[in-house]
This record gives sequence, C-alpha cells and structure tokens, in this order.
Amino acid sequence: MANTLATDVARRLARPSRWSPLEIAFWLIAAAAVYFLPNRHLILTEIAILALFALSLDLILGYAGIISLGHAAFFGFGGYAAGLLAKHALVTEPALALLLAGLAAAVLGFATSFLVLRGSDLTRLMVTLGVALVLREIANRYSELTGGADGLQGVTIAPLLGTFRFDMFGHTGYVYSLVVLFVLFAIARRIVHSPFGLSLRSIKGNSLRASAIGIPVDRRLIAIYTIAAFYAGVAGALLTQTTAFTSLDVFSFDRSADLLLVLIIGGIGYLYGGLIGAVVFKLMQDWLANLTPQYWQFWLGLVLVVIVLIGRERMARWVSPLRVLGDMLGDRVARVLGSKPR
Amino acid sequence: MLTILFDGIAYGMLLFVLACGLSVTLGLMNLINLAHGAFAMAGGYVTVVLVNRMGVPFLAALPIAFLVTAAIGVLLERTLYVHVYAKSHLDQVLFTIGLVFMAVAAVDYVMGSSQQFVKIPQALQGQFNVFGVGVGKYRLLIIVICGLLTLALQLALMKTRFGSRLRAAVDDQRVARGMGINVNLVFAVTFAVGSGLAGLGGALGAEILGLDPIFPLKYMIYFLIVVTVGGTSSITGPFLASILLGIGDVAGKYYAPKLGAFVIYTIMIVVLIWRPQGLFARPTMR
Repeated sequence: MANTLATDVARRLARPSRWSPLEIAFWLIAAAAVYFLPNRHLILTEIAILALFALSLDLILGYAGIISLGHAAFFGFGGYAAGLLAKHALVTEPALALLLAGLAAAVLGFATSFLVLRGSDLTRLMVTLGVALVLREIANRYSELTGGADGLQGVTIAPLLGTFRFDMFGHTGYVYSLVVLFVLFAIARRIVHSPFGLSLRSIKGNSLRASAIGIPVDRRLIAIYTIAAFYAGVAGALLTQTTAFTSLDVFSFDRSADLLLVLIIGGIGYLYGGLIGAVVFKLMQDWLANLTPQYWQFWLGLVLVVIVLIGRERMARWVSPLRVLGDMLGDRVARVLGSKPR
Repeated sequence: MLTILFDGIAYGMLLFVLACGLSVTLGLMNLINLAHGAFAMAGGYVTVVLVNRMGVPFLAALPIAFLVTAAIGVLLERTLYVHVYAKSHLDQVLFTIGLVFMAVAAVDYVMGSSQQFVKIPQALQGQFNVFGVGVGKYRLLIIVICGLLTLALQLALMKTRFGSRLRAAVDDQRVARGMGINVNLVFAVTFAVGSGLAGLGGALGAEILGLDPIFPLKYMIYFLIVVTVGGTSSITGPFLASILLGIGDVAGKYYAPKLGAFVIYTIMIVVLIWRPQGLFARPTMR
C-alpha cells in the first residue's frame, strides 16, 4: 500500500517534468521565426534576451520567493564583463566570453546572496536595490575603465565560433540568443523539477517548516541566487554582444522594475511566464511607443496597477484552461507513442 | 564646517518631513508604498503652479500644497490603496511602482520634462552670518518649519487621543480593532496627513532637491533608507535617521565628491545586514 502511494507521489511529481506538446510547439515557433520573420530579428533578439533575464528572476522569485528590485545588478555586471572582455581582446570567442561573463555575475551573486538571507521582504527589496545602485555608482566613477556616463564604446565582437559574423540585421544575434535561451531554459527546467527545485518551493511556502523537515534553507537560497545571477549575467552579456555596446542604463532601476512587470504579465513560478511575458511586454512596448512615443511608461504603470487590482490569481485562472489542454494533449501523445508514464 | 552641518540638518529635516508619512503607513498597515515620492512631487508641482503662474505668495502656497496632496492621498487611499493592504508585498511593490510610472509620465505630459524652479521671495534668499557661520535664510526657514512640524507630530502622537489610537493600531492591529478603534479611519487620516506632509516637503524641497518628473524615482531610495534605518515603530527613529542621512549626504558630497552616493548606499546595506529591524527600533516580540 505504502509502495503504491510512493510510486503515485513519484509519478505526480515527475509528471510536470515531461515536455508537453504545447511547449514543443512554442520552441518550434521560436525557431521558425529564424526563417519566417527575417526582418524582425532585432526585436526578436531583444525578446530572447529579456526572456532569459525574466527566467532568471523567475528562478528566485517564482521558486524561492525572494523579491528583488535590483536584479539589473547582475544583468549589468555580466554586460560590462562581456564588453570589457571583448574590448581589451582578453577573450575573443563570444561564446566563451558569454560563459565567463555569466560566471563573473554568479560570483557576484554568491557574494551578495548572504545579504538577502536575512530580514523581511522590505529588507530584501532595499538590499537588492542598494546593490544595483552601488554597482551603478562604481561603473559611473571608474569611467576610465567603463566609459562612465557615455557607456562602453569601441567594443568589437569577434565572429561567433570564428565563422558567424554579427550582422546589423541581427540574424546571427537572434539565432545565437535563441540557442543560448533554449539551452539555459532546458537546464532551468531540469533544476526546478529536480528534488532541489521542489525543496525551493517548500522554502517559498514556509521556510520554517522547510527547515523543520531537514532542508538547509540558507544553503538552498544561496545556491539558487547564484544560479539566477549566472542567468542574468548571461542575459546582460548577450545584450552587450548583440549590440556591441553597453551603458549605465543596464543597472537602472527601471530595468529591474520592468523585469518584474514582464514576469507578472507572464505569471510567476512556471518558467514560461518569463518567456511569454517577454514577448507580450516587448510587443506592447513597441506598440505603445509608436502610439505615444514619450509617455508609454504611463500605460505600463496602468497595466501594473490593473493587474494587481484584478489579482494575479484570478488572471492565472483565466489562462488555466490552456494549461489543462496542454496536459491533456501531453497524456494523449504519451499514450499514442506507447511510452509508459515515468 | 558648521555650514555643512547646518545644511545637512536642513536637508535631513526635509527628508524627515518627506518620509515620515511613509514610515507610519509601513508600520501601520504593513504597506510598502514606493509611490510615496509621487505625493511629494505633487506638492512641489502644486507650489510651482500656484507661485509661478498664479502669483500666490510662497508662504501661502505651502499650506495649500499640504491640503491638495492630502486630498489626493485620501482619494487614492479610499479608491485604490484599500484593495492592496491584504495583498502580498510583491503585489504592493508592483502596484506602487505602477503608480510611480503613471505619475512620472502624467507630470511629464502636463508640465514638461524640464526641471522646475519655485520663485522664492527676495526676503528668503541669500544668507547671513551668525558668529562666522554662513546661514542660508531659506534653509533656516526649512529647519524652523520642519522642526515645528516634528514637535507637533510628536505631541499629536503622544498626547492626543488620536495619537494613542494610532500607536495602539501600529502595535497590534487586531487587538486595536477588538477594542473598538476604527482602524480604517485612523489609517485613512494618517495616510492623508502623511501624503500631505510629503507634499509640503516636496514644496519646500523643490529649491534644494530639484523638481522634475523623475523625482519619485530619484528620491525613493532616500525615503526607503530613512524608513528602514529608522524603523517604523516610532517617530524619533526616522527623525534621527533622516538627520544622519542628511548630514552624511551633504558632508559626503562636499568632502568626497568622487564617491558620490556610494557611501550612503554602502552604509545602508551594512545597517540593514547588521540590524534588519532598523537602527533605532525597539526589539519587538512579534
């Protein structure tokens, strides 16, 4: 009896880790855009980068429950790291530089993770915001290294893998960003469905009880914060590499605040939230900026206010039929293929 | 040296008037209100319109700025904020950031994005010497007004019936409700006074802090520092915190301009790590 219960629980826990047809369709559409929307690759690249950045925030906010108003700190750190590596020709291969920039951001994330362990939501807000502001000040002061307020200029990015040159239409940039996004997404997906990811969810639910059942809360939070910093750093580095420029703007409060909006639009805690949110946000921003070039921020603010007033749970319920559909399709496909559910 | 101290105190007093409403709303309703600076900005712009365009005397414009922002505050509190008290901190943050974005864009639309200056009467400009210390007249005015306000607030909080209701509600909302205190009313009044004070601070500070549409974003961090460092359980904590912050910021900018705001942020992080409840907070049993 206990045995069947255990297998039942195991099956239920493993079930969301299967790739559903909707997910596969999502990535196929993203890949198809390489061929079908060749003149939209610049904005698609931006979307992919924003999606990766939002994915990073989702890891700590949606799974570990850490509110951050300064996630741009890691984005900017990775961005400047990639920019400096390329400018001084320390590492010319973009893919390697991307990894190094991500690792640099991860080191920063590890160092600052100890700051977010303590205190309430408000303290965390302040500390994360403070870290981003401090980094921005540092980047501003050491202008001989970072270019200060003018931004880091004269960055030339070497061809990717020695063959693919970054063109001004963003073709290489999009494929590159999409591949990076997919790889990191698949890893994040693996992480959140692992026992480690489940323990994070329990910490988010109730950290006191989580520690009572033997989960090392602090160590888990440090780990996921470091991982999220790596993701954000990679996103920042991607932005630098695809635009061959970076400026103090990468650390700005607006960027962190917009990121929260992206994640809220898409919904937190299921990874695709960041991706869908990034698509909706960028398209909305594009549309609003065309409509009212100077005042689009007003409408963004209005969207935030309305979302909160309507309630995120209620909005999640509106789209839940879609997720149920995805699960049903997944079961159907699994049965057709004759594979046993794990 | 003493001039810096003096300027720092004036700056700190101003910060206190701007931020004290925030500390009370945070303590009372556990509401993270990032849009507090928007009320200050509203007060500043009301003063600009009154003084520069309609020719109202500066000193008469200050109470009007207070009343107008208080009215805006109570309106928003009754229509919008009441819905987010019960929500999570994340929702509150999102909601108030949304309000900030809307305020920034709306002010930009109506008043333009350039910096605005309030015409200060001749009598308040310039400085005079007291025992060799240069004292700006306008800054002296700020210290006097803010000092009086602080005293009045302290007295109102400690001696009046409303003050004891407010303190009771901050200490334990549920018990206060059980004792028949109308916490919602207390909170609406407090919110109105808090936003009115922010508006007054914005009106007074337009000269020193500068007034442009991104004001709420630029000074948000300062208000938050005052509140988190000072704690939310009393009015003296935020007061001391804002004086320290004011002196520290002015002195920092004077002696080490290269470091900029770096020092302030670092100190804030250190304090938050060292004492997450705030420097001057009483240890609570909760």
